[in-house]
Amino acid sequence: MMGNTMSLVSAALKEGRVAPTELCQRCLSLIKSTKFLNAYITVAEETALKQAEESEKRYRRGQPLGVLDGIPIAVKDNFNTAGIETTCASNMLKGYISPYNATVVQKLLDQGAVLLGKTNLDEFAMGSGSTDGVFGPVRNPWSYSRQYKEKSVPKSHSEDKDSNWVITGGSSGGSAAAVSSFTCFAALGSDTGGSTRNPAAHCGVVGLKPTYGLISRHGLIPLVNSMDVPGILTRCVDDAAVVLGSLAGHDPKDSTTIQDNFKLFELPNLTDVSKLSIGIPKEYHAPGLSSEILALWSKAADLFKNAGAKVIEVSLPHTRYSIVCYHVLCTAEVASNMARFDGLEYGHRSDMNKSTESMYAATRREGFNAVVRGRILSGNYFLLKQNYENYFIKAQKVRRLIANDFVKVFGSGVDILLTPTTLSDAVPYTEFIKEDNRTRSAQDDILTQAANMAGLPAINVPTALSERGLPVGLQFIGRSFQEKQLLTVAKWFEKQVKFPTIQLEEVKRHDHGVFQHQKSASFL
Amino acid sequence: MAAAAARGCGGVWRRAWQRGAGGPAPRGQRALACNVRAGAVPAGKSGLAPWVPVVGLEIHAQISSNSKLFSGSQVQFAAPPNSLVSFFDASLPGTLPVLNRRCVEAAVMTGLALNCSINKKSLFDRKHYFYADLPAGYQITQQRVPIAVNGSLSYSLCIDNKMSQMVTKTVRIKQIQLEQDSGKSLHDDTRSQTLVDLNRAGVGLMEVVMEPDMCCGEEAAAAVRELQLILQTLGSSQAVMAEGQLRVDANVSVHHPGEPYGVRTEVKNINSIRFLAKAVDYEIQRQIEELESGRTILNETRTFDSKLGCTVPMRDKEEKQDYRFMPEPNLPPLILYDAKSLPANMNHQQVVNIDWIHERLPDLPSVKRAKLVEQYGILPEHSFTLLNEDGLTEFFEDVIKQTQMKPKKVIGWILKDLLSYLKQYSLTVKESPVSSFLLADLLNHLEKKEISSTAAKQVFAELWKGEGKTPLEIIKEKKLQLIQDQKDLEQICQAVIDGQENEVMAIKAGNRKVLNKLIGLVQRETRGRSNPVLVKQLLEKKLSE
Repeated sequence: MMGNTMSLVSAALKEGRVAPTELCQRCLSLIKSTKFLNAYITVAEETALKQAEESEKRYRRGQPLGVLDGIPIAVKDNFNTAGIETTCASNMLKGYISPYNATVVQKLLDQGAVLLGKTNLDEFAMGSGSTDGVFGPVRNPWSYSRQYKEKSVPKSHSEDKDSNWVITGGSSGGSAAAVSSFTCFAALGSDTGGSTRNPAAHCGVVGLKPTYGLISRHGLIPLVNSMDVPGILTRCVDDAAVVLGSLAGHDPKDSTTIQDNFKLFELPNLTDVSKLSIGIPKEYHAPGLSSEILALWSKAADLFKNAGAKVIEVSLPHTRYSIVCYHVLCTAEVASNMARFDGLEYGHRSDMNKSTESMYAATRREGFNAVVRGRILSGNYFLLKQNYENYFIKAQKVRRLIANDFVKVFGSGVDILLTPTTLSDAVPYTEFIKEDNRTRSAQDDILTQAANMAGLPAINVPTALSERGLPVGLQFIGRSFQEKQLLTVAKWFEKQVKFPTIQLEEVKRHDHGVFQHQKSASFL
Repeated sequence: MAAAAARGCGGVWRRAWQRGAGGPAPRGQRALACNVRAGAVPAGKSGLAPWVPVVGLEIHAQISSNSKLFSGSQVQFAAPPNSLVSFFDASLPGTLPVLNRRCVEAAVMTGLALNCSINKKSLFDRKHYFYADLPAGYQITQQRVPIAVNGSLSYSLCIDNKMSQMVTKTVRIKQIQLEQDSGKSLHDDTRSQTLVDLNRAGVGLMEVVMEPDMCCGEEAAAAVRELQLILQTLGSSQAVMAEGQLRVDANVSVHHPGEPYGVRTEVKNINSIRFLAKAVDYEIQRQIEELESGRTILNETRTFDSKLGCTVPMRDKEEKQDYRFMPEPNLPPLILYDAKSLPANMNHQQVVNIDWIHERLPDLPSVKRAKLVEQYGILPEHSFTLLNEDGLTEFFEDVIKQTQMKPKKVIGWILKDLLSYLKQYSLTVKESPVSSFLLADLLNHLEKKEISSTAAKQVFAELWKGEGKTPLEIIKEKKLQLIQDQKDLEQICQAVIDGQENEVMAIKAGNRKVLNKLIGLVQRETRGRSNPVLVKQLLEKKLSE
């Protein structure tokens, strides 16, 4: 039951095979027994159970609110949740309880979803490992899977068995780990440079970054307003489509959401891909791309080709400037967005009271980690009058060029782009922290980041296990607001690759049913 | 010691100029435009060239709107502290700005009234600085592309305080931009703490930037007064300076003709139009003195101390600020339409249509004045006075509707009697104890020759006491009716003639002026109740008998 997709569980709820409270309790106990993953910052046990009870009443009356009613979900801890702490994994907001719900949170609650808790992340979503938050790093559930354990041989006896655990990727690592370890059926992440797709790839789950403007950002504590999009993490593409349908549409509280009504869709089962044109952008053959992933990528391209689709190599020439351009735009907005954290209205306030200015300085020094402070510093540098033209304006122009590359490629008849999501499978934590956050982010965002620049929808589909028994995903990038097409293709691909289910000892103890649906054939 | 305190435009600069090189003042200079009567300027002692003062204004007008610029919080003056603060106003993380349509319309109206071109696409920017009453750490403003640009404002002022000598001038409007107001910080120095009130944080402002086309305090004051009237007429701002709805910063510099502009100072904290004139004139004079003493002007912010009547440097806590402007990413460009560009399926309620607003603009003060002059035959300067006093035009027109007296005569009662009483008692037109109805009633008695104008003034004084009596009651009570019985009047006239032999002789000898004395005596005898014209006729008749 716990490893099932949301759609199956929804059916079980509807048919009364499982009650919302029972489902919620199972999730809560699974959260407890997987606490070592550090996926959650706050578990809202009490309110979750209350919500589950309400849901149960609705089911008993035969009036559930829809497919999400009674479904346990988790939300990244940078979305505001009324009455539940919202920390952004930062000292600055430790203990901060927001008086309002983010629009996306409200929409999920309005449709009966049960909010289990808030998931871990890099501080203020700045990172690609989910290792740089004040609550410690998130551990990838696959580190504890049978698949990984069988394949990874400890290098030496002296090494602790536990030291081999791998990172989730980030910054929505908590949400990815939560979905991957079966503690919830869907989770919200946020995606500014790949923060939903990257951990989805490392944790073997579906990670959707919708088109900018399709989903409200109201209540999402911003990283880069012009690129942030709430992300959706689920176990399958169909579930992502369901969650997307429940969140998408205009929000009067977010002026950057589209005015047009979003039309709900159900994903068709594609049988014929011969009319599809799949673009393979050559620039995504990036330095550092592991041979394993490269092989997987071309195998996936062949899969489409063999099924009759047109597969062509395309070029996005400005993509290589994406990272440096992102660095300027991101830090500039960060510098601006973080200005509000001054200790006056909310959040941490230093005891320093010599003057207002010294209180600001101490508050911000104590409240933010080095990564956040570093980005604030660079951002303010780029925004200085003397630098604005040379950095910010130039970066904006480059951003336009990057976006135009996509417009040209899609204009040439390509329907969907197929790329890797990450350069390699997840690396062990000990390995990951050898590099600093900035270097890591620059490397890891390289394949995901251009989609944010252009505002395009993109999705990670878990594809196969690496030689080390860890998940590897591929990314599909679609046209603006063409989520239906994107997800339809992703669903077809998902069906072909038959990604294996994680085999977790922890989960096994809680739910014997999990392995009944185990898939035997896998892509690699 | 340089020139004494500034009194009017002409005064100050003539004094300043007197110390200049002398000879005819250079033509085409701004100072000339200002110093209307300054033809030839006498030679001064210092032998320096004359000074040309340059004054530009930045005016923040609070938009009259039910809610704030980007949030639904109410806008209200003097509400309990922090009672009008939304999550957005307090900059709670994750909140986003949503533009208030009313504020956009107010800015468009104001732009149109100031002859600006309205930008069909304008942009919002963030201006960063840390201050306790700026919760987000930045202000949302329109730095790159404001909503309105390139306008002009015509205003009139009188020379040497003489209403009969009015000149009209024009100041260019550089731009009007929409922006957020900040909160208020209250510094408690004894307890060394700062209290913050966010009620005002996020209220919509229109910043009107006037080009440095003015050259003295009086011009600046007249321009601001005209702007204030326009805003109030439009309803786009209540523009009450005392309530901070209109805040004026003045940029002042001086230079010699033909030379580049001097270093300017910015004068802040000017909270009335009268102080604006004083502050600007003081600052011009101060700069001239500094420069003539061989010192330099610092590019600094100064504050006007209304008690001392001078400007003093502001304690500059934050040296030179770099505001690190950045586009506001949460607000798409503000797109406005006109009749031509309006999409077919949209109406003025879905989008802001400039033409729709243009067609509905009320009469502006200049038009109103022209109409008053034309319709009632009053003098142009009277129309200025009527508009300058809130509600006075309406009062005047109400009186006219209720009386047979000619407007030209009514205006005298309004401006000489009503207005001077109001001024004397520091009352607004609304607070006047004499309503337009009562005044009209009184003037009707006068017009019907039931009372003399002297008596009418007495009645007015009685009415001012606000005891609820009608003019007729007062007339009766005080026995102010004109003596209608001609025989009675003839008797009084005869008695006066009989008692003034010398005067009668003089008149008969041809000194007609003495007749006025007799008329006066008759008036005294009747305590003003006699019609002077009739008295004159009777006296003449009797004297010629």
